Amino acid sequence: MSELRGRLASWDSVIIAVTAVVVVAASIGVENFGNSTNFTFLILDLLPIALIALPMTLIVITGEIDLSVASTLGLTSAIMGDLWNRGLTIETIIPLCVLIGALLGAVNGVLINRLGLPSLAVTIGTLALYRGLALVVLGDAAVADFPWTFTGWVTGTIGGGPIPNVLIVLVVLAVLFGLVLHATPVGRSLFAIGANDRAARFSGINVTRTKFWLYVVSGAIAGLAGVLWTLRYSSARADNGAGLELAVVAAVLLGGVSIFGGRGSLWGVLSGVLLLATLQNALRLRDVSGQALNIVTGVLLIASVLLPNVIAGVRDSLRRRRLRAVPAKSS
Amino acid sequence: MRTHTTRALAVATASLLTLGIAACGGTSKGDNSGAAGPASTATADPNAALKEGLKIAFLPKQLNNPYSDVLAGGGEVAVGELKGEYKLVGPNDAAASSQVSYINTLIQQQQDVIGIAANDPNAVCPSLQQARQAGIKIVSFDSDASRDCRDVFINQATTQGIGESLATMANELAGGEGEIAILSATPNATNQNAWIKVVEEELKKPEYSKLKLVKTVYGNDEDQKSFQEAQGLLRSYPNLKVIVSPTTVGIAAAARYVSSSSYKGKVAITGLGLPNQMREYVKDGTVSKFALWVPSDIGYLAAYAGAALASGRITGAEGETFTAGKLGEYTIAANGEIVLGPPTEFTAQNIDQFDF
Repeated sequence: MSELRGRLASWDSVIIAVTAVVVVAASIGVENFGNSTNFTFLILDLLPIALIALPMTLIVITGEIDLSVASTLGLTSAIMGDLWNRGLTIETIIPLCVLIGALLGAVNGVLINRLGLPSLAVTIGTLALYRGLALVVLGDAAVADFPWTFTGWVTGTIGGGPIPNVLIVLVVLAVLFGLVLHATPVGRSLFAIGANDRAARFSGINVTRTKFWLYVVSGAIAGLAGVLWTLRYSSARADNGAGLELAVVAAVLLGGVSIFGGRGSLWGVLSGVLLLATLQNALRLRDVSGQALNIVTGVLLIASVLLPNVIAGVRDSLRRRRLRAVPAKSS
Repeated sequence: MRTHTTRALAVATASLLTLGIAACGGTSKGDNSGAAGPASTATADPNAALKEGLKIAFLPKQLNNPYSDVLAGGGEVAVGELKGEYKLVGPNDAAASSQVSYINTLIQQQQDVIGIAANDPNAVCPSLQQARQAGIKIVSFDSDASRDCRDVFINQATTQGIGESLATMANELAGGEGEIAILSATPNATNQNAWIKVVEEELKKPEYSKLKLVKTVYGNDEDQKSFQEAQGLLRSYPNLKVIVSPTTVGIAAAARYVSSSSYKGKVAITGLGLPNQMREYVKDGTVSKFALWVPSDIGYLAAYAGAALASGRITGAEGETFTAGKLGEYTIAANGEIVLGPPTEFTAQNIDQFDF
């Protein structure tokens, strides 16, 4: 157990260290990276990924996955546009959209936890279903005339400085999720479920109900991300956020969360998000093409899954050799 | 433990819900609180010299799309003539918001001009506004951004211009009289329908009085469907003289059918097509003329318009004029629109000069 924790800590520190190095290197080596406007852009770009990665971290730690998040974002955005067209006030629409996101998450939750279907299959299904519904709601139209007070707040910064307003939302939620995952019995039960579902059940954790609520929270956050996305781009569209689920899963895995569950930390994931966003931003400033960006992301993703296993494998074989060596010496 | 877990998660959800709720009052669609773009206060100096060394960046809808590549290629030629620095950036997907981070990057790199084919007229707007505040001139081309987010828009052709050109070609090919038919894309394709409407209006003119539009069919921009629709038209109207297809898929499919049938030489095909797709049918005599704007000229004109803006020759106001290299002089129309011109007609004589 202590070795497990040691291994986990080491991958987290690796990723946090790599992120720090990349940020510093980009600040020094890439022209225009280190200025305050670029900081604002960077935060705005990583915001939806970071937000959705928070509940995704918890879900992956329990050994499940939610691939429907980007479609939930798109459907929420489409509904937001539709409700706005129907004349509802934005103050009503925003909480309503978060609620709708939660309901979409609850649908996943019921299918996965009450009916016992595999989360990968269910959320691939709802990935297609929700995107399809989004197209039914809004078609290929776009709704753009959202009030400036709201769109301006999302794209704006605190007091005109470098810190974007929306960073407040991210920080509050990140602290909340961090505390829940790492400092409460809830968090410990999530790790327990991910490590051994059955053992967790026998030790009195209501696995079904816990997982159900995780999907509800995931949907609600995706709904919130849909609202912020729509306001940031002043554009409610059915195709908003298409493909975002892959970026989120990439960041979560890069952040050291085991795809098999039971291992990971929120700080690792947040540095994973920052690392991906920094690389994209810096490489773009250096005029590296989009294809090359995809290649970098892909290589990082494979490395993040491969390296911890390689490290673990090497350690295991070293330990085994030590164990074999011990009796030989004593005899 | 159990209640603990669920209660904590339920509280998390509830707090999320309240997070979105803002103050009472209510802002709805009817309220006029939208943002207005900054009005241009600059004045044009028609005699200003065109600056050299301008950093002109092109941001098409999507990279690695053959059509976009040709558009941007024209821009590269013009930037070369202008002795500027050319740059081509863009997303790999044509999603509404993918262009925004590229605009942000171009702002950081302090470009002088951004030429953009907007994937979504509004999603790119806040970033383009920011770019304009940083002194960057914005030229939209091919697909416009919202009017208050760019300086000028390069329009490939007007609806009227394309409709007129289709009617003229049909009339010439029919020899001034006889039956014609239209093979369009989908029944609800906005641009196609607008062109067809102009053609119908044109046919009411006295000089087209002997021309009869017998039917408009839809091939849904699918090769096979278009092929079958062309086949159907010729069977239903044995005296048909011309098929006009204002879509590159339709015209190629119709030409392929006619070139391999007994109608070859009897029925003319025309419309809007790509020279590379139509070359063999022009060479084998099936098609004698068709039209399209030259895509590389759009990028070329965009670069010159950008340079004129960045040099202070024009501000984007109606009536201002500037010269765009080999294309000659242009006047800015209402709403900052610059029309490339009437579509170019392609015939056996000139088709080999075009590669797109």
